[in-house]
Amino acid sequence: MKREKLDRLEQEVTARLAGLATERLADALVIHVGVLQLLQTMTRLRDDIAFDFKLLVDLAGVHYPERAVPFELVYQLLSVHKNHRIRVKVPVTEGELVPSIAGIWSSADWYEREAYDMFGILFSGHSDLRRILNDYDFHGYPLRKDFPVTGLVESRYDEQRGMVVKEPVRLGREDREPYRRFP
Amino acid sequence: MGMIEGAARIGNEVANRGFLLTSADKLVNWARTSSMWPMTFGLACCAVEMMHAGASRYDLDRFGIVFRASPRQSDVIIVAGTVTYKMAPALRTLYDQMAEPRWVISMGSCANGGGYYHYGYSTVRGCDRIIPVDIYVPGCPPTAEALLYGILQLHKKIHRTNTMSSGWGESV
Repeated sequence: MKREKLDRLEQEVTARLAGLATERLADALVIHVGVLQLLQTMTRLRDDIAFDFKLLVDLAGVHYPERAVPFELVYQLLSVHKNHRIRVKVPVTEGELVPSIAGIWSSADWYEREAYDMFGILFSGHSDLRRILNDYDFHGYPLRKDFPVTGLVESRYDEQRGMVVKEPVRLGREDREPYRRFP
Repeated sequence: MGMIEGAARIGNEVANRGFLLTSADKLVNWARTSSMWPMTFGLACCAVEMMHAGASRYDLDRFGIVFRASPRQSDVIIVAGTVTYKMAPALRTLYDQMAEPRWVISMGSCANGGGYYHYGYSTVRGCDRIIPVDIYVPGCPPTAEALLYGILQLHKKIHRTNTMSSGWGESV
């Protein structure tokens, strides 16, 4: 985004969403919101004509194991009409309930399922919070930094039982396991 | 012997004697290799290369190869792409639903041995852990020509098998 446009958007944010921490990057504006203010802030960003963010482009989770609040949700918003964008970041602790914004942007529905699937972030008020990408009986949250890259189980077809079975992961040679630095 | 030459010899044989002599195995293998209908099982980018093989430039139709959307009507399954743990039971079910005799072509690095995702948490490290494979086609993805070559290798393999004259003791 152009600098003048970002300046204008930043002014609007400080004027209309008082008390929120903003962060100015070279080509983007980021605002930091707590879990408690998330719903009202997001509703304002969509409905206030100065913002007009009618589109939720993406919702991603991030894991920062070194932080006291280890997870972060990143929302990317776009106003097609005004041609500007904004990034909203929400810090989340383990097991904390984040209000679902699927009622504000319905595209958030599957994004929140993905964040739940990959990071184990829980959303309250979501109509159907189950895994979306991983296997139905998958154990663990693969995009967390402490999850082993090679996973915990692997599948093979069992001739005797006549079905595909899951067993603890066992790679053939130790020197072919470059990712075993995790405990 | 060239194809035209061979056809001429067959023509002479029929014209002179009114019949052809061959072995039952050769007849069966000729029939099997002349219309191998593959099960459409595209999982990733390999599927696009498989489509190229089926389209007009490489034209699998001329080998009697017609893609089917049902395992019940298929002779061969081309596993084209990354097999995930979530997909593995479905792949086995589809293979089990195919009528015998049936063959499997594993197409591309992912299906052969996990490929790029070998150390991943969600990918089967080779589809031969789920179903028995006849032909492995290497590449990432293999070209349409490579797949075609793999199919011709499978033809060769089938031509080597003896259905009638082995397995029951005396030759039939």
